[in-house]
Amino acid sequence: MAEKYIARSSAIAARMLGGEMMIMSAADSTFFTLNEVATVIWQAADGCTPLSTIVSQKICRDFDVDDDHAQRGAERFVDELSQHGILLVSDQPLIKSSPSPETQ
Amino acid sequence: MSLMAEMNHKALKLGLPISVHFDLTYRCNERCVHCYLDHDDHGEMTTAEITDVLSQLAHAGVFFLSLSGGEVFLRRDFFQIVEHARKLLFNVKVKTNATMIHEKEAARLRELGIEQIQISVYSHRPEVHDAITKLPGSLHRTIRAIRFLKSQGLKVSISNVLMGGNFSDQQGVIDLAKELGVVYNLDPTITPKMDGDTSILGLRIAGSELKQIFHNQELVGDVEEFCAPPPPPGEDIMNGFPCSAGHTACYISPYGDVFPCVQFPLPSGNVRRQKFLDIWRDSPQLSEVRSIRARDLPTCSTCSHVGTCTRCPGLAYMEGNMRGPSTADCEKSYQRTGIPSANMLKKARTSSSGPLIQIQPLAGSEVLYASSPKANQLSA
Repeated sequence: MAEKYIARSSAIAARMLGGEMMIMSAADSTFFTLNEVATVIWQAADGCTPLSTIVSQKICRDFDVDDDHAQRGAERFVDELSQHGILLVSDQPLIKSSPSPETQ
Repeated sequence: MSLMAEMNHKALKLGLPISVHFDLTYRCNERCVHCYLDHDDHGEMTTAEITDVLSQLAHAGVFFLSLSGGEVFLRRDFFQIVEHARKLLFNVKVKTNATMIHEKEAARLRELGIEQIQISVYSHRPEVHDAITKLPGSLHRTIRAIRFLKSQGLKVSISNVLMGGNFSDQQGVIDLAKELGVVYNLDPTITPKMDGDTSILGLRIAGSELKQIFHNQELVGDVEEFCAPPPPPGEDIMNGFPCSAGHTACYISPYGDVFPCVQFPLPSGNVRRQKFLDIWRDSPQLSEVRSIRARDLPTCSTCSHVGTCTRCPGLAYMEGNMRGPSTADCEKSYQRTGIPSANMLKKARTSSSGPLIQIQPLAGSEVLYASSPKANQLSA
């Protein structure tokens, strides 16, 4: 399977609220709150780290889940957010500016 | 519960300021007859001061940021400020009269990912709109700007402040909004000036006109439900807060003053002298606002409308007591349901036990009975 690279769109508003990330798409005003696991993926979406690496190094390690299960969940999450233009997905590394420290 | 309601509930529980209204300037190129501001510049914050405050707001957890004025486009650094705000990932709404927005500005707002632009329109007729703004040609310029913004795919809403002088043009503005493909919002609230001057309150629409609005299906949806008598308040209502002012929201002036809300001019600190979070957490004034529950309101806690009234604590404060009634909202509750508020009944009783000798009006002259809604409106 081809590797996926993910980057946060700049056309969003986002803020941490009590350990969860709130995100609103500027394009369609869809509003999301991400749970703790999804927030980790979101924060690691730097455009140059492969999704599989994010999952194995951050999700499996920190949340004690098996790799296959975590990969499938991450793929679904990435697909959903990309449909709303909140995450950019590519099979090549994406050049993106560094994230704002306020969302870290 | 919707995600947005959940988020507000969570912010309230955590004591976080999720929403801030930030006036960047009080200067304006219009001179609207009902405006509550003094348009002179008494020392606005610099670009550096504003960007620093924005960084502090992001750190404090603010998500919704309304940039307003005055007219924000009179600040030469406006786009620099918006750019910084968007880098900090705020959800940004801009309030403007739009007269200074051309194709270039509309395109820039689009690039910056502004959530919404709220634009004041008072009438579909230039002679009425321009008479209110006192800027000849302003309606033409505003409508032209709305078309530029729409052509960029931006979300635009029209805010239609209703006064005696433009009440009859309301349907015309609704039709204009439809033609332009923008959202229509009606606002019948005229507030005293920030220095306490109440002279502009005479511009408020009459009680009978409020009643028309509240019984207009196009505006309120299910009229029967909207105008239904209030249900008896439960414990949750009596232990509840009046609104988000000071709880999850606040207002910052161009001079750095922090207030619970733009309509609640209770000075609570200044970001030129203190960090925003220190004001938010430690201001005695904000603490006092937060301590007030519906059960603590001497008159309103006894009112049948207590659970459904739009009582504004800021308007009550401007009438002299933040725990007191806001007579403009008493009037709204009355015109909506036909049931007088506790404050109206109290005033009627006070009036009827007045002086023992009264001068009677001549037959045929206008008599304003103390128990009539008109009398209460005049006392607002």
